[in-house]
Amino acid sequence: MNAQPITEVAESRPLPSDSASVSRAVTPALELCGLSKTFTLGGGLFKRGRTLGAVSNVSLRIPRGQVMGLVGESGCGKSTLAKMLLGLTTPSDGDVLVDGRPVRGADQKALARHIQPIFQDPYSSLNPRKRIAQIVGLPLRVHGIGTPREQAAHVAETLDVVGLPRRAAEQFPGQLSGGQRQRVAIARALVMRPDIVICDEPTSALDVSVQAQILNLLLDLKAEFGLTYLFISHDLAVVEHLVDRVAVMYLGRIVEEGTREQIFGSPRHPYTRALLDSALTPEPGLGVPDIGLGDATPDPSDPPAGCAFHPRCPKAQATCRQQRPRLEDIRGDNARVACHLA
Amino acid sequence: MPLLEVNNLRVDLPVEAGTLHAVRGIDFHVERGEMLCLVGESGCGKSMTSLALMGLLPRKARLTADRLQFDGIDLTMLSERRRSDLRGARMSMIFQEPMTALNPAYTLGNQLCEGLIRHRGVSRQEARERAIYLLERVGISAAKDRLNQYPHQLSGGLRQRVMIAMALMCEPDLIIADEPTTALDVTIQAQILRLLRELQQEFGTAVIFITHDLGVVARIADRVAVMYAGEVIESAPTPALYANPAHPYTRGLLSCIPAPGKTPPGSRLQAIPGVVPSLVGHVEGCAFRNRCPQAQPTCERTPPLMSLSGDHRARCHYADRPVPAPRPPETIS
Repeated sequence: MNAQPITEVAESRPLPSDSASVSRAVTPALELCGLSKTFTLGGGLFKRGRTLGAVSNVSLRIPRGQVMGLVGESGCGKSTLAKMLLGLTTPSDGDVLVDGRPVRGADQKALARHIQPIFQDPYSSLNPRKRIAQIVGLPLRVHGIGTPREQAAHVAETLDVVGLPRRAAEQFPGQLSGGQRQRVAIARALVMRPDIVICDEPTSALDVSVQAQILNLLLDLKAEFGLTYLFISHDLAVVEHLVDRVAVMYLGRIVEEGTREQIFGSPRHPYTRALLDSALTPEPGLGVPDIGLGDATPDPSDPPAGCAFHPRCPKAQATCRQQRPRLEDIRGDNARVACHLA
Repeated sequence: MPLLEVNNLRVDLPVEAGTLHAVRGIDFHVERGEMLCLVGESGCGKSMTSLALMGLLPRKARLTADRLQFDGIDLTMLSERRRSDLRGARMSMIFQEPMTALNPAYTLGNQLCEGLIRHRGVSRQEARERAIYLLERVGISAAKDRLNQYPHQLSGGLRQRVMIAMALMCEPDLIIADEPTTALDVTIQAQILRLLRELQQEFGTAVIFITHDLGVVARIADRVAVMYAGEVIESAPTPALYANPAHPYTRGLLSCIPAPGKTPPGSRLQAIPGVVPSLVGHVEGCAFRNRCPQAQPTCERTPPLMSLSGDHRARCHYADRPVPAPRPPETIS
């Protein structure tokens, strides 16, 4: 197996302040510049391992107070991207800018002050042996913010904000329902008063009746605290409801990015179109659409040449098999798509 | 006569705190060749119902029913041996996670053919031929080579296709599919559902499809039974259920998923407040009343199963009254 370099030079990385962004005077709350993560698989003393480009050259800007949706199938790199933003894994290349300042590698604690996570599973993301007050207050203790008395007051206030009763503070996660646990996870994220919250499938483990409560809460909190969200989900109806912009990821790369109206109204990448077609809305009589994709999900450690989507694309042509399309703003409407046929 | 008739089915499980009434007296039937969706949230008893039908309940569970009849056979009276003759041959099951349902130590060919050889007494060669035919029908390429592969060599979508082929091996009358696409990506889910629906109609197999996803239900079901807290609270032909949901819980479920084009983006969703009641111990009255926007003192009494138009039934005292205007959504201070 020959190891291929994953980060190519052909696609030039946009600089944090390239000419296009000067006109948009406001600095985005969160900016990713050519962010990449490669893993090495196998290998040993005498054998070179294969490289796997989990995330390749991802550039995104999320303006303050907006919600960026990130959609894609499992294994496309969504969660690896989230981990890099949270400082849980180091990027192989590229930068994360918070308020225009790069925070790469340097200070994970500083990053945590600005960016906080809400994870998918409120059953496994909370320590079952700690009381809710301890769980929610932990970030304050780690960062040494306030006296214990101030910390306790702040925790109580945050529990109010997420709609948990005060008595929950003395309970254990096992005594709470799934929806309440997710409120605890949200309280833990908000207790630091971060600017940015990374929501990684925050409602997938919840029942639909509870999901609506949590989505309402996320919307309220965004309005109240001016939060910026990166909202990762596979549920397109939820994404459409919540986001301002959407980025579609396939095999580690962004293949299309634009406003909610652009992506849901007139998707240009065949993969985006297939994703939208396969979302089954509760409308009887429509049946299940034929989305025209094979289910030969490609191997991320051996991505197809050219456009990574071409083996499943119903419209693929010779060019698609040879040349990787660049993610470009073709029409000058601030929407980017990586497809030769767009 | 319907293929499957269930009257007053109850499943009780002993737990530390007492008895968990997982299924509390449900009635439903399945006609030959139809797709019935059992829909409900976690803990509503839908999976217990499917295990009860298959005779796969945990050992300590207690099952009672006024009637549990499959093609005229009383399932409650069957010996374990006769039961297992039915299982796989005339009723088969597709599980949510094919990786745990398939045996990792045997080849796909072995697992596909086993049932047919055991139940129909055909030769290995004949069984292999049918396996190849069905693998091709479920859209698996190089079917012959696949027979020698092991489950881990396939992707999740392919494994679920193998499960569908396996469920069809003996041409069963009834397939119970328990959340078969929940673990899959949306694009794969759409393909698998389309396939399942096509084959079901072609072979005339009845399917009980268990899911929590009302989007999936709308697209594949002939009829729907909505479960809540161990009961079927509403059942109807699919178009009727979506057009005129009669139970407040069904209405709540339908209004809490954002509907593209109808729900304004960023607006508040109609959530169902509160949580599902505990089913440990005796449950009195309507189990939904604590979360119901229309609850009345009457709801302390167990609601009757009201017959509305045609095949549409709902377990609510007020199912036949006009739907009240929605309350303004609750706000969090």
